[in-house]
Amino acid sequence: MIIVVCIKQVPEITEVKIDPNTKTLMREGVPSILNPLDEFAVEEALRIREKHGGEVIAVTMGPPQAKEAILKCLAMGVDRAIHLSDRAFAGADTLTTAYTLAKAIKQFIPDFNIIFCGKQAIDGDTAQVPVELAEWLNLTQITGVKKVEIDPKNRKVVAHSETDEGYEIIESKLPVLLTAIKELNEPRLPALGGILSAKKKETRVITAADLDGDKELFGLNGSPTQVVEIFTPKPREKGTNIIGEDSLVAAKKIIQFLFEKGVI
Amino acid sequence: MIEVFDTCTGCGICVSHCPFGAIRLVEKKAQINEACTLCGACVKSCPFGAIEIKRKIVTPTDVSSYRGVWVFVEKHDDQLRNVTLELLSEGRKLANKLNEPLAALLLGHNVTDFMKSLSAYGADKIYVAEHEALERYNSDGYADVLTGIIAKYKPSVVLFGATMNGRDLAPRIAARLRIGLTADCTGLEIDEEGRLVQTRPAYGGNIMASILSCTRPQMATVRPNVMKMSEPDWTRRAEIERINVTIDPKAIRARVIDVVKEVADRAVNIEEADIIVSGGRGLGSPENFKLIRELAEALGGAVGASRPIVDSGWLPHHQQVGQTGKTVSPKLYVAVGISGAIQHLIGMQTSDIIIAINKDPEAPIFKVATLGVVGDLFKIVPLLIEELHKVKKAKS
Repeated sequence: MIIVVCIKQVPEITEVKIDPNTKTLMREGVPSILNPLDEFAVEEALRIREKHGGEVIAVTMGPPQAKEAILKCLAMGVDRAIHLSDRAFAGADTLTTAYTLAKAIKQFIPDFNIIFCGKQAIDGDTAQVPVELAEWLNLTQITGVKKVEIDPKNRKVVAHSETDEGYEIIESKLPVLLTAIKELNEPRLPALGGILSAKKKETRVITAADLDGDKELFGLNGSPTQVVEIFTPKPREKGTNIIGEDSLVAAKKIIQFLFEKGVI
Repeated sequence: MIEVFDTCTGCGICVSHCPFGAIRLVEKKAQINEACTLCGACVKSCPFGAIEIKRKIVTPTDVSSYRGVWVFVEKHDDQLRNVTLELLSEGRKLANKLNEPLAALLLGHNVTDFMKSLSAYGADKIYVAEHEALERYNSDGYADVLTGIIAKYKPSVVLFGATMNGRDLAPRIAARLRIGLTADCTGLEIDEEGRLVQTRPAYGGNIMASILSCTRPQMATVRPNVMKMSEPDWTRRAEIERINVTIDPKAIRARVIDVVKEVADRAVNIEEADIIVSGGRGLGSPENFKLIRELAEALGGAVGASRPIVDSGWLPHHQQVGQTGKTVSPKLYVAVGISGAIQHLIGMQTSDIIIAINKDPEAPIFKVATLGVVGDLFKIVPLLIEELHKVKKAKS
């Protein structure tokens, strides 16, 4: 099995704020992490490799510092990585990000069997890149996967895919694109040896010039959606607190509040 | 626009994969006729890469040929999802502002019963595609048929609910048509130039972003429970346009072999619930979670939980509120024994009213609470349930 895991380095979102003067994101000093849901994708890819053999390759698109997220994956046990890094890729929206990833995977890992992604990234929360990537590569997609079985002999996959009311058991032929949710597994911590060996593993840096794709379709220029404004949401109105009241009084005050708000 | 190359072997796979019956074999080569909608199902199916669709990039001068606000209809079991009615209500306003018709896109099998509601909530027109293979949602079948209808009729706006299915489907169509898509919008507006301004939270709700698409149609998924549902007008009758489709089961590559329901707790999807009662670590043990269920029952709400509860296996993942679970914005959110880690707040801080019950006055949940109650949940919640029952009795 050749398994591609698409990962993303994201800012620790609790630290993100808008500069009140420039109205742009203040990124400086904001720590970066591997997108939490991507850890589940990496873990599952490693488990599939451990069971069926093969290779796990991490692919990411991002600035040079995204190599820290790659190192974490390598330390967890990923075999090697591809890092798409070029100013020409900057400002890409989901369609363009998926296009660039698709071009790179087609060109550099053409014989893959499975692509794993985290269902969504915590910065944008769109969940669009994996599905758009599946379409660009003409792959079957199974999103929101909480359990997966691979049958390499019959080149099949059976996955439990979360729905709004429960889950569906879905069967498909390989190759396939799967997106991971938290219920899938318990990601391993990188072992000490893993951290040391991660730096020796191969990370290939790819620029726009290395890719076969239509250069017009990379980055901000190729993106059909444009952010025209960012702003801070209205803060919540300050609420009232009930402290040190007898429980029955507190319960009655809640009832009173529900009446006033027209809930009951 | 669509081209068949000499590498076509006349195998006929595309003929059976075309949902619109637009391909015939003529002298061992696929020939595409005027029924073609440019949906792309043939391109996907061809083992030889012999069919290509060249899609024109939309320029500002083409924009005026795209007309109509469309809403993708989502249903489960025998019911329309609330988000569909919310989108029709919101779509009606956008359509009025643009002076364009509002249409509902209804895919399924035996779906006639839904049409009255779609009309009542504002649709001028309903495009209906019925087929056995569309009875349940599936990525391939729905994407092929919808892409075809959109490419043929060229609406200016297409809206989807940001549900599991909506977010599985819309990006597939966007990538095939090579157009923009904005995820999980909480605000939609038409600007002076008639463009759709799509506003959405990012960075866990710390920031809002307004986004424009320079391609057409302008597509967005919209968060459930945010747009207001309008009063239905049952005298309205939409014009029905049936789209004939034929679907080869082989064209649906991901086969659903079983459907499992896990809704033991008041069978509603928490993203669509008006009232949610959530429990957290403060409950201590799984037996105590019945307090949450009883309170939800008394308020007529759904049951949710914070991450530790789901991680401990007391509730399934789709009832988890927060960063690695669902984002909800009900009219009333009651947080019981939840301290309010930022990962939880991200998932519920846009609720209209928040009531928090927690013993720790320093708990961050009190920063977002409309009404914060510092006290012992094991004493307050049973009393609250009792009081609610009294109110109910008094009313009846």
